[in-house]
Amino acid sequence: MTPLLQIDNLHASVGEVSILKGINLTINPGEVHAIMGPNGSGKSTLSQILAGKEDYAITQGTVAYNGKDLLGLGPDERANEGIFLAFQYPVEIPGVSAMQFLKAAVNAKRKHHGEEELDAGSMLKLFREKAAQVKINPEMLKRNVNEGFSGGEKKRFEIFQMAVLDSVLGILDESDSGLDIDALKVVSDGVNSMRNGKRGFLLVTHYQRLLEHIVPDFIHVLVKGRIVESGGREVALELEKNGYAKYGIYQPAKH
Amino acid sequence: MPTLLPAPASASPAWLAALAAAGAAQFAAAGLPGRRSESWKYTNLETFGGIAFVPAVSCALTRAEAEAFFIPGLDAVNLVFVNGVFRPDISDEAAGLGAGIVCCPLSEAIAKHGALVEPHLGRLSAPAITREGEAFTALNQAALGGAQSGGFFLHVPAGAAAGKPVHLLSVSTREGGVFASHGRNLITAGSGARASFIEHYVTTDDAAAATPSVYLHNCITEIVAGQDAKVEHYLLEKDSVCAYNFSSLFIEQAEKSDVHSHTVLLGGKLVRNNVAPTLKGTAAHCLINGLYVGRGSQLLDNAMRVHHGAPGCFSRQYYKGILCDASRGVFSGRIIVDQAAQKTDAIQQSRSMLLSDDARVNTRPQLEIYADDVRCTHGATTGKVDEEAVFYFRSRGIPEAIARAMLVYAFAAEGFDRMELEPVRKLLAREMIARLPMAASLSIEV
Repeated sequence: MTPLLQIDNLHASVGEVSILKGINLTINPGEVHAIMGPNGSGKSTLSQILAGKEDYAITQGTVAYNGKDLLGLGPDERANEGIFLAFQYPVEIPGVSAMQFLKAAVNAKRKHHGEEELDAGSMLKLFREKAAQVKINPEMLKRNVNEGFSGGEKKRFEIFQMAVLDSVLGILDESDSGLDIDALKVVSDGVNSMRNGKRGFLLVTHYQRLLEHIVPDFIHVLVKGRIVESGGREVALELEKNGYAKYGIYQPAKH
Repeated sequence: MPTLLPAPASASPAWLAALAAAGAAQFAAAGLPGRRSESWKYTNLETFGGIAFVPAVSCALTRAEAEAFFIPGLDAVNLVFVNGVFRPDISDEAAGLGAGIVCCPLSEAIAKHGALVEPHLGRLSAPAITREGEAFTALNQAALGGAQSGGFFLHVPAGAAAGKPVHLLSVSTREGGVFASHGRNLITAGSGARASFIEHYVTTDDAAAATPSVYLHNCITEIVAGQDAKVEHYLLEKDSVCAYNFSSLFIEQAEKSDVHSHTVLLGGKLVRNNVAPTLKGTAAHCLINGLYVGRGSQLLDNAMRVHHGAPGCFSRQYYKGILCDASRGVFSGRIIVDQAAQKTDAIQQSRSMLLSDDARVNTRPQLEIYADDVRCTHGATTGKVDEEAVFYFRSRGIPEAIARAMLVYAFAAEGFDRMELEPVRKLLAREMIARLPMAASLSIEV
């Protein structure tokens, strides 16, 4: 079986500062992986590099997506091939309605795959269906992208976009940060509703709380740009109890 | 250097002749603003001063050609000027807007409705001619009563509402020659009256014309808004890229009147847009909303002068500039608050987006506040397209060029939402999209 994502000895830096120092990670179709790590460990950098942010220099290593080189693709090509990054801080776009934004995204993907644009009726049907699936109010689509959204609304809108775009690899960058329990539940239920034998997820988080709601198959601990430990549920429970102390970082992992 | 002063007209009646003579004398004395002029600091008139403008040579145009410039879906009184000359034969009937409403060429109004015109014509603009940098106001006044002074008069009496917006369409053609036109509009709205007035400048030049037409529009519009009157004014400017357009809007607002001025500058080589409201009655509201989009080597200069002369008035200035290529933008926003104008609430915002390394914008807020209990704020930002936003679009599969175009459009379109006439909003949205790269790939609904 071809892995969905295969990261091999990935090194990345910003300017002179080396941030990722040899990441190895394989995600097979159907698997949910979590990367836990303290502040500054490189978690968000890894998510952004996978999505194609151009602010980082890849100094060593490879990333294959469905067996093909990923790093040579632009962010839009990656998205159209099925990669989705749920942002830690979704960007507010005054003047562009969520509806307009998503239509452009859906049609860009269809064009990428050589398909016709979706007509207005089918588009609306798709939005309604996905809104019901991830339990968001479709009224949200009339508002400008993320403008004036609460923290919870922003994260829910990210999950909704992931559902509409029918992404194959979902990368959730601290999607739990700043959420109350109800919003956390909506976000987790949305992700869980998308889990199947083909999709993969990478959950990036500081705290283990999210992992009570989206139960991962594998948990990795990222410290100072390296994965220092991998395992199952027991890794998260150990972190919850003792924080990151055993890695020489004195930060709790419990919210 | 050729003189810009039109040949002296034998203007009548005497009060009109006096206004013209005063304008001519002032212009002859002061001349064109030079490099040291504070209010023309960023706009050099040296090349302009060398052009020999003449009265329009021809004003040929068919009704069908004019209709191509009408605002789709807008039920308006379409009044067509060609190279500054009114063409009643290809215009709509101006009568019938409502009981007591007068809508006719200014020259006709001076002859037939002198009692309505004389108290107001030049009342707002004439005191300005001696101010620094107001040479074009003086020049326009000098032309009064002459062949190059066109324009319209709209009077809406107390309690009446003009049934339709008045669309003053100014079409410029190559056949007109290197003409100068000094248009003059006067709008008087009585207590509680309502009116909408659209000044619309277009050219028959092909967008790709090898040698675009050169001409000058130097128009003044005066709006007198009575108590509780509501007036909406639009200036939509799409002149030839070699044309000069100097437009001045003088407004006087009585108690609780509400005047909205929307300006969209898309064309012209050198455009100067003056907006000068005086809030004379208490609790008057004034909205000044503007967008200018420069390309090539266009220079678009916006000069606001908002005068709060009474307590409790409210003014808002929202201007946005999008500057491409080597174009230049200027926004000067003066707010004057008299000592009597306590509880003034004035906000000025100028935001610009530079889409090229060679594009420039100069922004100058100028506050003169003589009252102590006021809320006056100003803010200016200049930036490029937000790269975080571009990445957000791209991370959703939207190609970079489309992402950038959508973000530029969104920046521009915010101001359209403040306009009350939906067909105007839609026309502007389409015009804006057509000016963007990737226009054909943008799935923007207007």
